[in-house]
Formats: sequence, structure tokens, C-alpha cells
Amino acid sequence: MKQVQVIENAYFDSATLMAAAQLVKREYALKESVAVMATDANKALLRDVDLLSDDVDGARARDLVLAVRGDADVDAAIASLDSRIRSAAQPVAGGEAQEVGTLGEALKLVPESNLVLISVPGRYAVEEAHQALDEGRHVMIFSDNVSIEDEVALKTKAQENGLLMMGPDCGTAIIGGAPLAFANAVRRGSIGIVAAAGTGLQEVSCLVDYYGGGVSQGIGTGGRDVKDRVGGLQMLQSARALLDDASTEVLVLVSKPPQPQTFARIMDLIRTAAKPVVVCMLGGARDQVETAGGIFAGTLEEAARKAVEASGVVIDVPASCAELPQSIMDAAARMDTKRKYLRALYTGGTLCYEALIQLSDAIDLRSNIALREDLKLEDSFTSAGHTAVDMGEDEFTDGRPHPMIEPSLRAERLAQELEDPEVAVILLDFVLGFGSHHDPVGAMAETIRLHRVDGSGSSPFIIASVTGTAEDPQSIDTQLIQLQELGVHAYRSNAQALDAVRTILAALPADAQSK
Amino acid sequence: MSSMKTLFESEPIVVNLGLKEFAGNLAERGYEVTHVEWKPPAGGDDELVRLLQKLRPLAGQIDEANRTAVERMFAVNPVLTEIARAGDVVPGLDDYTILHAGPPTSWEQMCGPLKGAVLGAILFEGWAATLEEAENLAFSGKIRFDSCHHHSAVGPMTGVLPPSMPVFVVKDRASGGVAFASLNEGLGKVLRFGANGVEVLERLAFMRDELMPFLDTLVRMAGGIDVKPIVSQALQMGDECHNRNKASSALLLKELVPHVPRVDMPVEAVERCLSFVSSNEHFFLNLSMAAAKVTMDAARDVDFSTLVTAMTRNGTDFGISVSGLGNCWFTARAKDVDGLFFPGYGPEDANPDMGDSTITETSGIGGFAMAGAIPIVKFVGGTSEDALRFTRSMYGITVAENSAYGLPALNFRGTPTGIDIRKVIALDELPVLNTGIAHKEAGIGQIGAGVARAPHECFVKALRAFVNEYVSEGE
Repeated sequence: MKQVQVIENAYFDSATLMAAAQLVKREYALKESVAVMATDANKALLRDVDLLSDDVDGARARDLVLAVRGDADVDAAIASLDSRIRSAAQPVAGGEAQEVGTLGEALKLVPESNLVLISVPGRYAVEEAHQALDEGRHVMIFSDNVSIEDEVALKTKAQENGLLMMGPDCGTAIIGGAPLAFANAVRRGSIGIVAAAGTGLQEVSCLVDYYGGGVSQGIGTGGRDVKDRVGGLQMLQSARALLDDASTEVLVLVSKPPQPQTFARIMDLIRTAAKPVVVCMLGGARDQVETAGGIFAGTLEEAARKAVEASGVVIDVPASCAELPQSIMDAAARMDTKRKYLRALYTGGTLCYEALIQLSDAIDLRSNIALREDLKLEDSFTSAGHTAVDMGEDEFTDGRPHPMIEPSLRAERLAQELEDPEVAVILLDFVLGFGSHHDPVGAMAETIRLHRVDGSGSSPFIIASVTGTAEDPQSIDTQLIQLQELGVHAYRSNAQALDAVRTILAALPADAQSK
Repeated sequence: MSSMKTLFESEPIVVNLGLKEFAGNLAERGYEVTHVEWKPPAGGDDELVRLLQKLRPLAGQIDEANRTAVERMFAVNPVLTEIARAGDVVPGLDDYTILHAGPPTSWEQMCGPLKGAVLGAILFEGWAATLEEAENLAFSGKIRFDSCHHHSAVGPMTGVLPPSMPVFVVKDRASGGVAFASLNEGLGKVLRFGANGVEVLERLAFMRDELMPFLDTLVRMAGGIDVKPIVSQALQMGDECHNRNKASSALLLKELVPHVPRVDMPVEAVERCLSFVSSNEHFFLNLSMAAAKVTMDAARDVDFSTLVTAMTRNGTDFGISVSGLGNCWFTARAKDVDGLFFPGYGPEDANPDMGDSTITETSGIGGFAMAGAIPIVKFVGGTSEDALRFTRSMYGITVAENSAYGLPALNFRGTPTGIDIRKVIALDELPVLNTGIAHKEAGIGQIGAGVARAPHECFVKALRAFVNEYVSEGE
């Protein structure tokens, strides 16, 4: 069987043509496979192998001739030849020399790309995100300064097309094991997480890893998703997708307290879920969650533990830290009575929020993100009484990098707190992972060494929580050892660090205790 | 389209826009990621961003219209069918009419070289006997001046085309379209650079009396010459078919030469013609331009299309036309050319950018195919990597890639084709133009070559007009 086809007015160089002909000859085990321009010389060649047709004879040098002979499907062979020649003229992705200046160009160059990560200034992010969604790609917007109207429009468009729309202001996600923006190297597994709280997702995923579980997907929605204006569009859509996902056995939902309508929708979803759903909405709602059939978690750590247990893993590592040693309790009791206050300097917004919740019954904790108006710090840059500062807020990041990336501002604030004679306990969080500073503890070490004297009671205790995994670029184990060497009592979870703070505050001399 | 299910079941393949570190983290972990060297849209100009946003609801229609326009371009198969007297074939080119390059202009506003060329054309036609008479005639208003582009024609540099000049006739058999271009006179003192002395006029007479019939006979004997395959091969031989035409001129000659023995002309005349053509390394340029013109005219008048159908300069102004906006010109002052000068000349001697030859870039060759013409990147003092960069930077502002014009240096990627005014504005990336540099005084000729960019203002004006035309008030 033979087949000859003439394609008019299609010039290709002979090297491309020969390479394609050779491949197709092998692929279809053909006796002859020829792709040539219809020059007189090539016509003679075709005549020699008896592949000259009238069509070819009448063709001109600008016309392409494809000709095959063999026992295989010759039509398919011709089609394959044609597509190989044309694909040789297609752009090739990757390569160091490849410079791509626009999203459109990148999508064209890498047609198989499926997710666009956007961290350009907010005013430009919307347009880019629309384009990505229009081109059928999932989107994560790291940028903030996007209006809530734009957020709703983007999320509605994404939902209509069955696409993920993470963010705006989504700091972290883990998709298919890949760390997006700020994320940690966590083990893959069967726990799917949807979080409207960036550091919340980091904390839960790292602790899932520590307790022996693994993460299937970690989806961030951006904090505003659980406001009624957005209505939990992305949280609900992602939760449903994970409930349908064969690799996900347990679902974890993490957020600050949603607004009422959104909360109700989330409860409806939990009621119909066929998989265990662990719910950590910092601040409670235990009764409603349990009534809906969910597994309630009061802290991020508890969410991780319960999810790991629900996934069928028997936890065989100790809770992230043992009780405080007696020496510390003794030192606390001897603390100078002027020293009464906690100063917590956070880089992770969700962790700071968790502190406000977890300590609310023990102390009046002032903050730049206070839940109660009367506890709002007058000046974010000056502590007053018990204070917890979220240093990732706008007033600290305006015109400078986030403190997770650039720690010097927090180091200065730490020095300030260490010199304050009224401070009894300092709490620091260290968030490791991709995107973060390469050695967050190291960046604070000098300040701690300079200002700390001893455990005599005349200097404050320093407590730390470290969010990270052994596989992170900074390795949590290394960071913990460094903290230990600095005399800092460090924990693998914020919740436990906060418990330690509570214990120390309670152990202070009676006249030093202050609500 | 990738659903969430397929995303969960596979690995993410990420496009990263913004912080480069995020791409680095993914790459380090072995994930496939493409980083975009992102710039703020429209150079950060809010008015332009708003104009672009107004077009967003029409994006589907515009994209579709642009696809239609570019498909029409790709379907064109330009064939050189004859060489004829311009007045006999170019519509509206009557006696006392002179066509010129660029958007329309008047005698008063013409630059030096264009005036020089017009005077030469008047003498060549015999409408005046002396330069002084010619100048009086030009000034009198008796001569009708018009753009070549309004008559399906194009000409390099001043592009001056009077009725008695020979032209290439290039036809598209499929659409029936036709375009014309003068024949290239060579370098030095030539009419297209505004020279009008005796040697110029004698050469023009030779081209009319001997070269035209000679070439016409050869072309007819050859049954017409397909232009596209010549361009296609020349792009793989170091030409970009605007500022470098060594290979294409040789390839053209190769098509013609076998028919020479059967030409019924005195052997001395044949010798003169052959040595004239073979000594001119830019002979193919005008043919390349006519082919580009017939190609771009096929893309005209597609409603909703933002495709640029012409870019051209008259030595004073630069003009562009846009498919969905009919025959309007959107103009700005022509810019200076960044390039290398021949010994004895410098930037102070240069005329601003001039000629219809940027029709080649409009059609996706010339500066857009610089990656195929690494030898001439020297003109802009660049490296071979710069040549590749020029071409690569044009993919962002075009709507298609011409697989017929695969560039070896880019792994046979097709040339970037079909300029979209939206993309030019959004990316703040202006079309790259390869060009010769003319002396600002008439008659001195070419004094250098280099690269220019089309003026931003042309595209801004076109975008505003497009929004006015297609977006109703209140939206």
C-alpha cells in the first residue's frame, strides 16, 4: 500500500523534513517514508522509488510532498508525518534563553500549564487573574490590595469554570505537593486542608507532618473568603472538591470565625459530608460544629492532631513539648515583681489571632489586631501592658518586606521589649518554609544574646513557637537546637507555646500578676 | 481546561507572575515552572489601562476578528506575475500624479529627501526641463501627491513613484489581490534617497527601457515567481528580507537565470541588466515589500480587528492603519534611527525614519525576523543574542506565529506575525523596525542603517479611536 499527498505552498527545510520522515518510517515500520519539497530533483527521487503520482508531477517547488509505502495504516502514517513536520515549527518551552514577558505568552508557550501564581501589585493582579481564568488555568493571588468586588467577580468566574481561585491575599498553598508562595515541605498524604488563614494552613500542615500524617492538598482561600460578601465561595468549592477527591480521606477547615450566612453554609456542607471534617474556626462554635457532625478543634494544633487520628495514623511522637521544667517555674516565682507583662511579637497573623483567643480568659491582651475595641493598641509600635503584635500588618509592611522575609524590624522591637523593666515573658513565632528568611532564629540570635542576662529573675523569659518541618530549607530541628542554645524555650506549636506562657504568667509572684 | 479533579490528580505546572523567588522555590523542588518577566501594563499609564479595560468585554470578538485577519494573511500566496509601467497598472496613477511613501503629506511639509525625489520624478517624466521649473511645478499645486498605500503600492525610503517607472506586479491568486512596488535602484545616489542628478535619471531610463522588458520576459517565461518560498528560504540564509536581502536576491536571480538564453534582446543589453541585478544586494527588497503589501491588504477591514495593517513613514510623520478602523492613519512624528553610520556621517546628518518598507515588519518579517538575520545585528552594535531577543520580544505583541517562516536560531519557531495594538499598549513594547538611514539633505543617499521603534503615540491614537468606534458610551 502506498499513499502520496501534496500540500501546496508549504515550505520546510530539508533537515526538518528528513527527520520527520525517518521517525515516521520507524514508528509505522514503513518500507518508504518521504517528505520533500516538489523540486525536479526530488520528483526524480520519488520516481525512483515509485512514489511519483500525477499530483506530484504537477506540483511546484513550493509544494510539500508526503509519500509513504508499507503494510501499516498509510493514511495514519501520512497524518503523523504531517503533524510531526508542523510541530517542529512550534515553539519549545523551557530552556534558559527563553524570556517570557507576559502571561499570555507564557500560557501559549506552556499549554500544559495549569496554575498561575500571581504576586504582582494588587491593582494589576486582577486583570492577570481574569486572563488566567479565561484561559482555563487555576489561579493563586498572593497580592493584597484587591477590592472585594473584584474578589467576588474572580471567584464567581472560577466557580463557573470549575477552577481554583485562591486569594487574593493568599499567602500559602500546597498543591500536588508543590509549595506555593510561603509554604512548607510537608509529607504527602490523605489530609486535605482548606484555610482562610495563611499561617493557619502552614501551622496545621506542619503539625500534620510532625504527627505522622500527610497532606493531599492545602488550599488557601484568602482571609475575606468567609465574609458574607464573598460567602465562602472558594472554601465551599474547594471543600467539595476535596470531599470528591479519591486521595483525600479527611478534610480540615481552618479560618477565623466566618460571618453568619457563610458559617451556615459551611455547616450545611459538613452535615452532608461523607468524610470526617475537622473544623478549626479560631474562637469556637464547638456546639454547632459537633451538631453538624464535624470534629471540633479549638486550636490549630488540635486540628492537626485530630485530622491525623481521623486519617487512621496512630500518633507515636510526644506532644510537641513536655511540661516546663521545675527550674523555670522556680525562676518565675523569683521574678522581679515589677516584671508582669507578656510581649508577643508575631510574624504570622493567624498565630497572633490564636494567641488573642487562647489567652483571652487569662489576661487582657492588647493588640493591633485586637478582637475587642478597648484592647486595641493605641500605637502599634509601642507596647502597653500585655501586648501581642502582628508585625505582618500593613503599618509594619508598608514600603518594606514582610518580617518573615526581612527580620530586622522585629529584631529592633525585640531589643526594645528586652529593655523594658516591666516585661516578664516574651513570645516569638518563627515561621519556616519556602519564601521565609533562610535563618529566622539566627536573625534574632544576636539581639537575644546581647540583652539576656541569666535566669535570675531580673530578665524576661523568652518562649518561642516554630512552624516548620524537618524537610524545610531551614529545618525545624536546626532552628530548635539554636533556640535551645540561646536559652529560649521553644515549641513546635503556637498552642503549646501559649500554654507555656499562661503557666509562667500564673507562676509569677502574686503581686506581679496582672490581668 | 484543567478541572480541580485533574489538578489534584496530577502535578501543578506553574506560571509565576511577580516574585521570582516563588518560581525558584518550585524549580528547586523539581516542579515545572515558567517565570514571567512581568512589567506593569501600559507602562503604568492609568488612562491606557482604562482604555484596555473598556475593551475587555469585547475580547472574544476582537480575538476572533484578529484570528480571521491573520488567517487571511497566511492564506495569501504572493506571486510576481509581471513587471509593468506603473501608470499602466497602478490604479489612479495618472499623469501629473506622484505617489510617495508614508501617510499623506503636502509639498510644503515634505522632508528634504522626499522633495529631491519628487523633483527627480518630475524631470524623469519630462513634466519640466530644469530643477527650477520642476520646483515651480511642484509648488504650483498642479501635481497631485498621494500615498503609495492608497494605490495598493509601496516604495522604500521616499517611495516616490511617478507613472513611467516600472513596478513589480504581485498577485495573490486566491484572493485576487494585487500590490505594486518600484524596482530597486541600488545604493548611492538614487532617487529613493532624493538624488536627482543626471546619473540618477539615466539609471531610471535604463530601468524603464531595458530592465523592465528584460525582467518582465523572464518572469513570464518562469510562469510567475512565488515569493513566499524565497522569503522562507532566505530567512534560513541570514536575511530578514528588509535590511538584508543578499540571499533572497540571489534566490530570485536563480529563478530567473535559466530563462535568460531565450530572451530576445541584444547581448549587451542582457549583460547590463544581469550585472545591474546581480550587483544589487537589495534587489529583492522591493519585491519583499510588494508581497508584504498584498498580504497585509488581505487583512484589512475586518470588523473588531485590532491588527495593524500598515506601518509607514514619509520622513516627517509615521502612520499606522488598523484593520477594524478602515483607512484612517494614526500618525506621530517619525523618530530618529538608532544605528551605525557610514564613515564621514553621524546622527546629526540623518533624516528621521522614512519609507514604506516597514510593511515587512507589519507582515512579520524584517525586524521581527531579526533572529534569522544575525549578520546584520552589527548595525545596532549588538550581539547575536540581541538578534534573538529582538524577535522574541515581538511574540508578546503579535497574535500568531507564521510556521511557513521558521527560524532555525529559535528552533524553527515561526516568525511573530500580526501586530495587535492592544498588546503593544499593554506591554509598552513597540514594534522593532530594521531600516536604512537617509541623509536629511536630498540626493546624498544612504548614510547608515539601524533599528527604530514605531512611535508609541500612533498606537495610543489608534487605541482611543478603536474604543470610540466599538465601545458605546456609558460602558
